[in-house]
Amino acid sequence: MFDGYTSSELMSIFAMQGFAGLSLFSVFVLMALGLAIIFGQMGVINMAHGEFMILGAYTTYLTSGFFQSYLPGLFSGYFFIAMVLAFFICAALGALVEWLMIRHLYHRPLDTLLATWGLSLIMQQAYRSIFGAREVGVDLPEWMMGAIPVTEMVDLPINGLFVMVIALSVAVGVYLLMYRSGYGKKVRAVVQNRPMAEAVGINSAGIDRATFALGCGIAGIAGAAFTMIGSTGPSSGQAYIVDTFLVVVFGGAQSLIGTIVSAFGISQAQSTMEFFLSGSMAKVLTLLVVIGILMIRPEGLMALKVRR
Amino acid sequence: MGTTDTTAIGRSDGKRSGFRKSLMTLAASVMLATSVQAATPSTAEVNTTGLAVTDDTVTVGILHSITGTMAISEIGSVQAEKLAIDQINASGGVLGRQIEYVQEDGASDWPTFAEKTRKLLRQDNVAAIFGAWTSASRKAILPVIEQFNGMLYYPTFYEGLEQSPNVVYTGQEATQQILASIDWAVETKGAKTFYLLGSDYIWPRTSNKIARKHIDKLGLKVVGEEYYPLGHTQFNSVINKIKLRKPDVIFASVVGGSNVAFYKQMKAAGVDFTDEKPLLLTISVTEDEIRGIGGENVEGIYASMKYFQSLDNPNNKEFVAAFKEAYGDDMVIGDVTQAAYLGPWLWKAAVEKAGSFDIDKIREEFAGIEFDKAPEGYVRIHENHHLWSKTRIGQAQLDGQYKVVYETEELMEPDPFPEGYQ
Repeated sequence: MFDGYTSSELMSIFAMQGFAGLSLFSVFVLMALGLAIIFGQMGVINMAHGEFMILGAYTTYLTSGFFQSYLPGLFSGYFFIAMVLAFFICAALGALVEWLMIRHLYHRPLDTLLATWGLSLIMQQAYRSIFGAREVGVDLPEWMMGAIPVTEMVDLPINGLFVMVIALSVAVGVYLLMYRSGYGKKVRAVVQNRPMAEAVGINSAGIDRATFALGCGIAGIAGAAFTMIGSTGPSSGQAYIVDTFLVVVFGGAQSLIGTIVSAFGISQAQSTMEFFLSGSMAKVLTLLVVIGILMIRPEGLMALKVRR
Repeated sequence: MGTTDTTAIGRSDGKRSGFRKSLMTLAASVMLATSVQAATPSTAEVNTTGLAVTDDTVTVGILHSITGTMAISEIGSVQAEKLAIDQINASGGVLGRQIEYVQEDGASDWPTFAEKTRKLLRQDNVAAIFGAWTSASRKAILPVIEQFNGMLYYPTFYEGLEQSPNVVYTGQEATQQILASIDWAVETKGAKTFYLLGSDYIWPRTSNKIARKHIDKLGLKVVGEEYYPLGHTQFNSVINKIKLRKPDVIFASVVGGSNVAFYKQMKAAGVDFTDEKPLLLTISVTEDEIRGIGGENVEGIYASMKYFQSLDNPNNKEFVAAFKEAYGDDMVIGDVTQAAYLGPWLWKAAVEKAGSFDIDKIREEFAGIEFDKAPEGYVRIHENHHLWSKTRIGQAQLDGQYKVVYETEELMEPDPFPEGYQ
């Protein structure tokens, strides 16, 4: 398929393709981190994760509308405020959901699956009633659109770069929180051995609520970031949940490093295969490889080694 | 209802001597038309099959998804159908009867469409159903509506390969969107190479099959053909591939949320559609979709449709004004919304021509029914239950509207089973 192209053309295509893979990687990391934190600590699969992301997206939409009407001068910077707002709104709703629903369902993993799925339907219909069934267009400041031309053929999408920066910051933030803070120490203790952690005086219910809120808040940031590359509509969250789930399960349930490694592997495989095959076939092959590896390593790529 | 007996007799009678009956109705309607123009024909006369018709009302059904993923697309159709019904009622109704409607929600779930169709036909005895949007929902309705002999008015442009005696297709079948638009790209833009890109389901695949055959016939080249799963959100790889192959035209039939992702990422990858390098020709982005994608992301693309909100004719100006008055100034009207608006009007015309609400009598009259008040201009029903209509090309503007740059001179003949394109 590369007949008749000059080597410089090929070089630039490979460079662009590498960038495409990296930007898919950062999208996956953003999507999966929130789910992985919740799944890893409490064994709860939050099926409404996509809807929390869309809540973040709608927050961005509303913030952009607010800035356009009242503070047009500051419009170019509204996105950062939108992301912070998205984090806190989603985290607050997450804490509420945990308190109302999830905490009654611990130790019943199938029921949490059903309950959060129901929650996702309720949230979708709520968006439909509030914002209308149509997708909304989120206006972006001028500087966030378009591409940086590096050479004649290589253009780097600004929104791709931006998503990468956000993904990196969120990942570093989560790392610091989990491995360099008191809260993280408690979380890890609860993950490794809940009864012992409780025995030494850790309030595991409080830790659960905080973790659930944190996971939802990260989903909100992801949702805000994805208004740049995807759609914002009542059911847009559904498009992300399958990939997110795949990344988390493949990475190994209780390992954040595993999530990142798995996001990297899947995104690279996917984008390379998409280049050589049709999109649907690439997806099929990616899933086959993941299933194959999971058959050999049912715990996922990086399983946490603890004595049970 | 008290008409159960007549229903049974009318049904079996209709099957045995349909021809004689239709002759009689024809005679009756001619007599009616000539002698007692103003008087309303009696209910027993216009309804021999137990439909929900009284001396001053007739009930029809509206069946679209107003919840679930498809609500985004189908709500425009519901609005258009209600507007048409209101307008018909204001102008005196159908055969002197005011139209009432029963609205059911298909909830974006195909079995629900079948179940609700059964309910509308058996319990509400509706005289017509305006509804369905996706091909999957239409296919779910089909066996039910054929079993109970109802009539569905289906608004969406679709892949063709279907012709039911119980459906009227008010949108375009695939050839009506594709053939003329490819000819246009070749003749006026000098296109030589094409890249076909779509979501992975029956409509884009069938459409691209037709497009590919047509491109082959013209002696030109398809340099890529690709499908992405519904809801796919990452198009960077395919954008690189397109940049490498440098087609003259990207022929796109991506739908739903994927659309938004595709155009945003094209724009972010430095593609400016107004340069027309490559030119993007789509059959899936109406004004409705642009609202979600954002005008700045699609400025310069071309769409092949039969209707654009910006069409400059008196019918359309009236229609757009009425639509905005009913639903608000910020409404946009896409191709399918207009096709949905045609449904009630075509039904009215057929009923009045048949002088009866009976499905079998209406069916006899479909071929040749005209509607010259259509916002898209003049349309006529073909004997294959599809519409003769024009193909138009519009170029997307920054404000989310299309500027019409081309329309076929003649009405395009609907050809749901195109020979040589299968």
